[in-house]
Amino acid sequence: MTAFLTAGIVRTALEVGLIYALVALSLFISYSILNICDLSTDGCYTLGCAVGAMLTIAGHPFLAVLAAMAAGVCSGYVTALLQTKFGVESILAGIIVNTGLYTINLAVMGFSSNVSIFGKDTLFSLFESLSGAPFWHDWNKTVFLVLMILLVCFLIRWFLGTTLGLSIRATGDSPAMVRASSINPAFTVTVGLCVSNALTGLAGCLIGQYNKTCDINLGTGMVTVALASLVIGESLFGRGRMLTRIFGVIIGSCLYRFVISLALRLNVPTETFKLVSALIVAIAIAAPKARQILKLKHQEISSRKERRLYREGAKHAED
Amino acid sequence: MLKIEHISKTFYPGTVNEKKALDHLSLTMEDGDFATIIGSNGAGKSTLFNAIAGSFFTDTGYIELDGEDITFIPEHVRSRYIGRLFQDPLMGTAPHMTIEENLAVAYLRASDTRHHLFGRVSRKDREMFREQLALLDMGLEDRMNHPVGLLSGGQRQALTLLMATMVTPKLLLLDEHTAALDPATAAKVLELTKDIVKERHITCLMVTHNMNQALELGNRTLMMNTGTIVLDVKGTEREGMTVQDLLDRFAVGSGKEFNNDRILLSTKEDI
Repeated sequence: MTAFLTAGIVRTALEVGLIYALVALSLFISYSILNICDLSTDGCYTLGCAVGAMLTIAGHPFLAVLAAMAAGVCSGYVTALLQTKFGVESILAGIIVNTGLYTINLAVMGFSSNVSIFGKDTLFSLFESLSGAPFWHDWNKTVFLVLMILLVCFLIRWFLGTTLGLSIRATGDSPAMVRASSINPAFTVTVGLCVSNALTGLAGCLIGQYNKTCDINLGTGMVTVALASLVIGESLFGRGRMLTRIFGVIIGSCLYRFVISLALRLNVPTETFKLVSALIVAIAIAAPKARQILKLKHQEISSRKERRLYREGAKHAED
Repeated sequence: MLKIEHISKTFYPGTVNEKKALDHLSLTMEDGDFATIIGSNGAGKSTLFNAIAGSFFTDTGYIELDGEDITFIPEHVRSRYIGRLFQDPLMGTAPHMTIEENLAVAYLRASDTRHHLFGRVSRKDREMFREQLALLDMGLEDRMNHPVGLLSGGQRQALTLLMATMVTPKLLLLDEHTAALDPATAAKVLELTKDIVKERHITCLMVTHNMNQALELGNRTLMMNTGTIVLDVKGTEREGMTVQDLLDRFAVGSGKEFNNDRILLSTKEDI
């Protein structure tokens, strides 16, 4: 057995998992905290990648990150505007923005469905050039991403502890309370979605620089993959303290990538991955209800059995 | 001072479901007035509260609070100076946030939030929350980091009361806020309400279905029917009043018998 899982495979899973964790964290804010299903994630992820790729090609790898995040904020703002000001259903608002973004993404990429950033400076290549040690050669991307994620984590945690963050959490947790307590839900929803989509944009930019390419279909199904990570994290770590929840989401995302790597090693065809992630999400979200139904069924059967035994007992007594 | 002049509200106008919920209702509350409101189902009590709180804008008339015209001020702005409690204890608090975080959200009203978006709960705030919680005498001051979802209905309602009055509101709206609690807890929450309202001299409107309560609490009793106030008693007239007098006066005022079983049944209970 020549190492079923090589260090390289583990490392790649970890690195991609960490980047995807940013999208999962984005959904953590919109789905878990704000209780809004933001379906513009797919398009916004590609948008971040496209904007980031174009600026990286132009030779501005740092600016690319900021621009990708700003693009995410704009996309989130439009989604929020549609639902808070114009009364569009939140799911529909996401779908509308997602559809519109396809054209915008193509436009950003100069109406080509694929751009390559090979040979250009990226955050990763710049970080790699800091040292020449062999260890560094293997692990620089991982170190970079871990640092990045830690920074994002603590920023999110700090943000959710500010009065603005608390208002955003209250908006998702108890709409009636928010209306009675001087918080403008339109404002908190808007800020929440902007922050959430900024993270999606950041993830898109990083994956672009990581793969050194951007494809128009990059984001397809991303929302389900991120939800899968989120659900894995929340079911493993519960809904306790905020920092635990945030780290749970990140670990969930890495675990998800490990499962995918394992599947790849077992030669499961890549075409099935979308179905698998859809199944994970569906099962994980449906599990509590399914457990309830099974329990009720079990109760029904045992009660029927008991009654039958009782009736038979009564009959015997008569005889 | 709350001044309401001829407000009307019709829901679903021009359809078969058209419902005139408020009909040229006028009401003036002096500072420190504590009025109880009774009325049959659909009389417009909750609609009146929603109109004052700004859940919708009225079709006609205007509402003034402390001399400021608030008729078209949005709900979240009004809630800076109007405290509100609902019948459902689950509505006033966020279950997945801790007691401290809930209080912090309520305390936002104290400051101009625009300038403190990134402020945090300071040690001084925390101390103040503790002191206030201790006044409830429910041991909540030692559970500040527990999620509110773990508290009982009575505790949650007491906490909501605290949140609504922590920054003294110009007006407090209580919509049957003890109706969903068990008798002992209801009495306790009511006692707290009385103390806080009296101590802070808060102008207060309270919907109740308990006739004894309606006469004993506060200094004024209002009766509503078909979207308007049909009876308004206070002072010496109110002092000598019995529940039967109140029912008789209602019949005169509205031209029909009082028809709310819940209220009629509750007349025999003590507060």
